[in-house]
Amino acid sequence: MKNTKNNRTIKYKLYSLGALLVTLLILGFLQVNSSQYSYQISILERSAIYAVVAVSMNLLTGFTGLFSLGQAGFMAIGAYIVAILTIPVEQRASVYYVNGISPAIANLQCPFWLALIIAGLVAAGIAALMGIPVLRLKSDYLAIATLGFSEIIRAVIAAPQLDRITNGSYGLKSIPGFPNLFVAFGLCALCILLMVLLINSSYGRVFKAIREDEIAAQAMGLNLFRYKQMAFIISSFFTGIGGGLLAMFMRSIDSKTFSINLTYDILLIVVLGGIGSITGSVLGAFLVTAGREWLRFFDNPLYIGGIQIPLFRSGFRMVVFSILLMVVVLFYSRGIMGNNEFSWAGLGRLVKGIPDRFTKKKQKGDNTL
Amino acid sequence: MTEHTNNKPNILHLENVTMQFGGVVAVNGLSLDVNEGEIVALIGPNGAGKTTAFNCVTGIYEPTYGQVQFQEETIFSNMPKGKMRKMYAGSVHPRTVPIVKNTPDAITQKGIARTFQNIRLFGQLSVFDNVLIAKHMRAKQNVFSATLRLNHKEEERMRSETMALLEEQNLAHLKDEIASSLPYGLQRRLEIARALATEPKLLLLDEPAAGMNPQETQDLTDFIKQIRESYHLTVFMIEHHMDLVMQISDRIYVLDFGKLIAHGTPEEIQNNEKVIEAYLGVSDDAED
Amino acid sequence: MSFTTFLQQCLTGISLGGAYALIAIGYTLVYGILRLINFAHGDIFMMAGYFMIFAMASLPWYIAIVVVLIVTVLLGISIEHVAYRPLRNAPRMSVMISAIGVSYLLQNLATYLFTALPKGYPEIPFLKKIFQIGGLSASFVTFLTPVITLIVVYALITLIHKTKIGMAMRAVSKDYDTAALMGIKINRVITFTFAVGSLLAAIGSILYFTDRMTVFPFSGSLPGLKCFVAAVFGGIGSIPGAVIGGFILGLGETALVAMGYSTFSDAFTFVLLIVILLIKPTGLFGEKTTDKV
Repeated sequence: MKNTKNNRTIKYKLYSLGALLVTLLILGFLQVNSSQYSYQISILERSAIYAVVAVSMNLLTGFTGLFSLGQAGFMAIGAYIVAILTIPVEQRASVYYVNGISPAIANLQCPFWLALIIAGLVAAGIAALMGIPVLRLKSDYLAIATLGFSEIIRAVIAAPQLDRITNGSYGLKSIPGFPNLFVAFGLCALCILLMVLLINSSYGRVFKAIREDEIAAQAMGLNLFRYKQMAFIISSFFTGIGGGLLAMFMRSIDSKTFSINLTYDILLIVVLGGIGSITGSVLGAFLVTAGREWLRFFDNPLYIGGIQIPLFRSGFRMVVFSILLMVVVLFYSRGIMGNNEFSWAGLGRLVKGIPDRFTKKKQKGDNTL
Repeated sequence: MTEHTNNKPNILHLENVTMQFGGVVAVNGLSLDVNEGEIVALIGPNGAGKTTAFNCVTGIYEPTYGQVQFQEETIFSNMPKGKMRKMYAGSVHPRTVPIVKNTPDAITQKGIARTFQNIRLFGQLSVFDNVLIAKHMRAKQNVFSATLRLNHKEEERMRSETMALLEEQNLAHLKDEIASSLPYGLQRRLEIARALATEPKLLLLDEPAAGMNPQETQDLTDFIKQIRESYHLTVFMIEHHMDLVMQISDRIYVLDFGKLIAHGTPEEIQNNEKVIEAYLGVSDDAED
Repeated sequence: MSFTTFLQQCLTGISLGGAYALIAIGYTLVYGILRLINFAHGDIFMMAGYFMIFAMASLPWYIAIVVVLIVTVLLGISIEHVAYRPLRNAPRMSVMISAIGVSYLLQNLATYLFTALPKGYPEIPFLKKIFQIGGLSASFVTFLTPVITLIVVYALITLIHKTKIGMAMRAVSKDYDTAALMGIKINRVITFTFAVGSLLAAIGSILYFTDRMTVFPFSGSLPGLKCFVAAVFGGIGSIPGAVIGGFILGLGETALVAMGYSTFSDAFTFVLLIVILLIKPTGLFGEKTTDKV
């Protein structure tokens, strides 16, 4: 009995190793042919970055039960810090050509990995300050207050008083991108891995306890504010890094990038994937980002037999997309994964279950007939 | 009130504890003592303020007035303030004791654990995780060591202790069940097991037998006696089932309309006229 | 700043505040009954703006207004029916996410139907007439907005306190389940609440956009959030609170713009929110609720 169990874990480990190898091979292939597949690569990179932010949002919403809508604000902080710290010094004059650059930051430069860590730390620091008033609030008040903070951060970034640092409404350009695909995906994977480890640790259990019942969690000797603050800070740290990664991906940013709609996009990824499932958030990020591209044909005029179908024109894609999301929210509120995680055993059951499901459906059909 | 002559050291001491919500006085000048190793019951008709008294001890409410001491340490001490100063119904003795407040988690850390009248488990988590969470508070680790798995020895210890506790409580075979899927009686047991996992010195049980049939109540009676022995506990409980209360309590306090109306051994209480008038007369109704 | 400019600014602020107040009431009513931030409320307000554009294209203004009010009410009711009613027993977070989803859908729908470019808002002749009182000059709508707001609030308070449906609304907001046990048709009350909220949003939209002259798909999202803040500030569930919150917001914003901090006028709202939540989390006139342990 025990032996078969061991065998099985070894088998699953081998599967995981295999999956990792395949992923690396695909990445290597894309890297070699990067010019040919630049469109696909950009979709995958954006998905991976959104996955980081979605998992960090899930850490709060799904695991700690704190409904926060401040993601865009923390991403903005991260993105601007990475941009300011990594734009090559010699190009800064051309980036800040309208207002000039503040001498304090004119020669401040550091490697991108350090910039990303600083981005995360600053986002975490701001979250720590923000958490003091905000985390005392309950559910929807918390949502609206964090959303408000996110808007304040955006207003501050766009403020003319900071033009010489953030370049106001002109935004920041010439941000160096990722040196290669492995760095891009490696960083995203590392962030997600750290969050997975945290969620599966003793602290992750505490977060879940707070989600389940705050009063009972307190009765277990857990200081609510301390652990909520901790979840908020950690989530913001990774959201900040996610914002930094997004800046590196987009190469140019402005404050409009980080509007409420960015938060909503991330929220919809989390919901689609399943609130409380990391695998779900990652899957959701790839599906939503890629789905938007797949649905692109909705935006182009469609001719069937020489007749133009009237619905298909610019903007239709987003309508279809939002209807799909509403369908998920209303009819599949558990999302793709519910609150389950991926496991090889689960996948095995799913694959084996497919034929059963067909036969079952048939039986059901027979019964009703 | 009869002075209780008991040579065991005091573990919980309430002095003039008053809890007033606006104009409603839920607990009125309650003074009581619980000594180490005792099983003490707090009884009284519905709405007498029993749970409120518990909430004043565990930090869910801060008492409007009065003091609570746990193992000689003052854990709550308050005076009416602000609006309450005018509305306060009782008399206030000027005192020099500084104001002391504690949050519920601090109280648990000091060694008072409790269960809730309306069971509060971590519903979506497994039985094992429910108990394991209680171990977090006393574990030596931080968020970095836990994330990077540098705490695996500590984690191992927490897990084996949890497993041992579940085995002692006969819950081990259910360890992977989702807590909310357990039948009612087992949920109560799990809640007690979870409270024990916080390694308390004093256990507060809020109606542990509520909703149980006579057989289950009898099992619970034995169970409470047994955990008192094996965990060297003091038990302070609220209960409506008179059989249970009379069987296991060393002493009983009776509360009515927020006020203490009687105090003594089960025999004394059973023969106390005030109690019969206020409480035992309706005990049949209260039991269902 | 001269005294006339000061008065002029006050007038602008009060007028803006009046429009905010009308929208804020919609939030407060729905929150009071469903405990839901109707994130789509701002977008209903935006859609009302577009309806007006189309109605005015072919109808005289007095008929157009009636049509817009009716269509907006229908929109509000159908949103409740489709997106919120199926989630009546779902966790609060799901309903909130559904509301965000509806808001997202309406914005995308508006972008698709009317393009993302701002569209000119039709002029209703008598509303745009310039009035002069002493040194003050403003269009008629500026004077009219606060008056309409106060009339509507009076009517609404009468409705809630003097009529049967108003009593039902109060009962449902106090205790959902008990109200249902008392034979109140919850769904009918909720539909009615959404109808009233949308009606006020439509009135607010006419007053607001006449002053601003353009509508675009996102022109509802920020005012929507602001008005929610106004409702929270006044104490969610309280109509006078929402009105006072709306006026404070309108005046504060106008003051900031007048002082030259227009980039911060949006952020001001949220600062106000955080300050009130810190000092008095239930808002100016809110009621305290506690969880039973």
